[in-house]
Parts: sequence; structure tokens; C-alpha cells
Amino acid sequence: MFLTKLFRTIKYGFLRFWREGSLSTATVAIVFLVLVGFGGLILFNTISNKTLGYIQDKVDISVYFKPDANEDEIIRMQKSLQQMTEVKSVEYVSKDRALEIFKERNVNDQKISQALEVVDTNPFGAYLNIKARDLKDYAAINAYLDKDAFKSEVDKISYTESAAVIERLKKIKITVEQSAFVLLIFIVATAALIIFNTIKLAIHSNRDEIGIMRLVGASNYFIQGPFLVEGILYGILGGIMATLVIGGGIYYLSPYMRIFVPDLDGWNYFVSNSFRFLVYEVLFGILLGVVSSYIAVRKYLKI
Amino acid sequence: MINFQNVSKIYQSNSHETIALDDATFRILPKEFVSLVGKSGAGKSTIIKLLIAEEKPSKGKVMMGNYEVAKLRMKELPSLRRRVGVIFQDFRLLPNKTAAENVAFALEVAGRTQEEIEEYVPQAMDMVGLKDKMRNFPKELSGGEKQRVAIARAMINHPDVLIADEPTGNLDPINTWDIIKLLLKINELGTTIILATHNKDIVNFLDRRVISLENGRVIRDEQKGRYILV
Repeated sequence: MFLTKLFRTIKYGFLRFWREGSLSTATVAIVFLVLVGFGGLILFNTISNKTLGYIQDKVDISVYFKPDANEDEIIRMQKSLQQMTEVKSVEYVSKDRALEIFKERNVNDQKISQALEVVDTNPFGAYLNIKARDLKDYAAINAYLDKDAFKSEVDKISYTESAAVIERLKKIKITVEQSAFVLLIFIVATAALIIFNTIKLAIHSNRDEIGIMRLVGASNYFIQGPFLVEGILYGILGGIMATLVIGGGIYYLSPYMRIFVPDLDGWNYFVSNSFRFLVYEVLFGILLGVVSSYIAVRKYLKI
Repeated sequence: MINFQNVSKIYQSNSHETIALDDATFRILPKEFVSLVGKSGAGKSTIIKLLIAEEKPSKGKVMMGNYEVAKLRMKELPSLRRRVGVIFQDFRLLPNKTAAENVAFALEVAGRTQEEIEEYVPQAMDMVGLKDKMRNFPKELSGGEKQRVAIARAMINHPDVLIADEPTGNLDPINTWDIIKLLLKINELGTTIILATHNKDIVNFLDRRVISLENGRVIRDEQKGRYILV
């Protein structure tokens, strides 16, 4: 009995969808457009987060030691820094390694190579590259390094130089996060309203039919079921189409994204997450379709 | 058995009241064929709306068997409506379903199996003479054919009562008589018929019980009545 009812509900949902071709097409088109906006925003958010993460990863504090600094002291300082919760990593670059790096960088500059040969001693000091877990942690790390205990060995700390950049990046990050959140709420609300109104209009044109069904003795479930199935179909089709179009867009834009952030491969990122993305799009579409259909039909069920 | 006990229906709109039915009392016995006659606005459609619980009475009781129609809960309405078949002047077929699907729909809502539907629908379509138009959509049928589909749909659940609200109002004379003959045949098979009409020829031809209405009041109720309205 239940299976028969379910089968009939699904069958009539599909039949309605098929026979009201132009209305269904128009509704799917609206759902599709809204989901493109929704999906685009999710992707924009992800990509901007990745970009910020990439830039954030380039920010660090470097502690330059005096050339005659005691190596044991430096290692001790590295260990104490590693124990701080704010610190993500501390890279130790020794005097010799610092010289090597310098030579590598200037391998084509003969004057510098000659100058180094003349000097004969290693003029570089060792240094530590410190990366924080979050941008806001740099201030705490800097405060720690500023203690007198380290002053005797330390030549200079680069934080003061990059402080302005870090502050600015912090602000950008907060703004992007906040505006993405506001925009997401705005899009979801707009989407819900547009889809609700579209489906409401579609169902409004069926109000006589709903009245007839009531008069023939159909229960509310029997009337509502096919409309809900239709709502699910809008969501599925709109979601699949939106994912395909967004995928196409990313394929086209991916090379341009690389210009800004070399590490970011948008197309690969999309491909490896496409299934999850599709599921989000379809679920959001179904949710909107079903809730809208449910509310819209209820209005005409009170005969 | 249908029993109207001092039933009034008053519509309130802004400042004034419209009395659609005024203290109507009558009984309709099983297997009767009753015509409700009167001008437009006399109260015929109100009686029908009260019977199928599309409206609730302002005063009095409408009884169908042992049930008071107005007291039925929202959930119980579908089963009442399956016991009462209704046909309308404007046919009220589902435009997106074929003729056969329209008839099958009444069985589906009653929870009948697919086998029963496949057996009964062709029988019903045959009874109304439309077996060869089962797959046509309503827009592909003439007025008379649409009304016959509506009758097949109304009858398929074997209701105790068939209510016909101006069923011939939109039809030409030939189709009108076909529909009336069909109603008589259904009545002979044991279904109570309530026919609301203002077609004088039909009422006089039927020579059955006539309830005459005027301005919401029952002004005449005769066993072998004629259409007499001033």
C-alpha cells in the first residue's frame, strides 16, 4: 500500500514535470541561475581563503644573529620558540648555509663572487625563520623575542619591517571573511525568495487543479506528494547544470588564477572536490525546491 | 440519507450580509432522484457546497447518514468526498491528465490497486461511451465528452450519492439529453441523484421530485414536481 502510494507520487511528479514542459524549464532555469550564484560564492570564498593562506605562508619573522653568536644559544632559542603554541615552525639557517644561499642567489654576479673571495671569511650570521599559526600570533612572537635575554646574540629582528604588511594582511583577511559571510547570507536569502516565488507562481497556476483533487477526495499527502517530487527534480537538474557551468568557468579561468597565485591550481582543485561540490549544490537546490513547494501547495489545500 | 435541518448560510462581506440559504429543511432518501431548481443565486449551489463540505452552515445541521458534515475533521473529508460523486457545469477535469487518468485518479486517491484500476477504468469509460477516447486530454474532447468523463470519474468509486451542479449548462441539446439519460441510468442502478438545474425542459421531462428555491428559501417540495418559477 505504502509502496503503491510512493510509486504513484513519484510517477505523477515526473509526469507533471514532463507535461508542464515550459513551466518546468523556466523554473529549472531560475534554480540553475541561483545555484550558479551560490556555488560561485562558495568557490570564491574557498579560493580567496587559499590565496590568503598562500600569502600568509610567505609572511615570517626572521631573527638575524650576530656573526659571532654562539650556535648552542641559537639552538636553545629555536627549541624554546618551538614550544610556543603560536609558533607553527622554526627553521634554522646556519652561518654556512646563509653564505651558500647568498652565493646561489648571486651566482651570475661576478663582482659579488669576487668580493666574497677577497673577504675570505664568512660575513653572514645565522638566522631563524619563524612562521606563526595565524597572522595575529606574530605580535606575541615578536614580544617574546624582544626580551633582554636574547639581545646579546641577536643582530636584528625583521618583524618591525614587515609589521605593516602583516597588519594590512590581517585587515584584508578579516574583511574578506566578513564580507563573504554577509554575501553568503544575502545570496542564500535572495535565492530562497526567488525560488520560492517561482515555485509559488508555478503552483498558483495549478490552484484549480488542487481544488479539483480535493473535491475528488484526494488526501493532502496525495496532492502534495507530486509537487514535492517536482521540487526535488528542480533541485537535482538545477544543481547538476550549475556544477557543470561552474566547472567550465573554472577550466577557462584557471590559467588566469595562476598568474595571481602560482601555487593555486583551480581546475585541479575543482576536479578533486567536484563530487562534494555537486552534492552541496544539489542538496541546497532540493532543500529550496521542496520547502518552497511544500509552503506554496499548503496555501491551496484548505478547501 | 441526506437531512437538512433548519440550515442557513450567511456570507458576511464588509458591512452587509448576503443570505444564500435561509432556514432550509428537507430530507433526501436513498435512491431518490431530486432536482433542485431556482434562478441563479437562489441557493442551489450553496446546498451542494454544504453537502461536500466546501462551506459550513451558519445555522442548522447538514447530516449525511449518521455524520454531521460540518463536524467532520479535515482528515475525514477525503473519505466523505469519495462517498459523494460530484459533477460540475465546468467539468473540472485535471487538464494535465488524459481522460482515463482523470477517472483513474479517483480510484488512486481511494487507495485502489493498479490491477483494480486497469479493470474498472475501461468499464467506466465504456459506460459513458468513451472507450475510444481514453488517451485523449480534456482539451481534445468536446463539452459533452468532458462531462461524460466527469461522470465516469464521479461514479467509479460507486458513491451513495451523485451530485450534479448544472451538468448541462455548457452543453448543446443533444449532449444535454445524453447526460440526463446517463444520470437516469445511474439512478436506476441505485445511486441517489441530486441535480441542480434551471433547465425547465429537463425538470418537466424527468417527472421526479423537485425542490424549488427562491432567495435562499425552499418555496416548494413536490414528489412529482414541475418547473414552476415566477
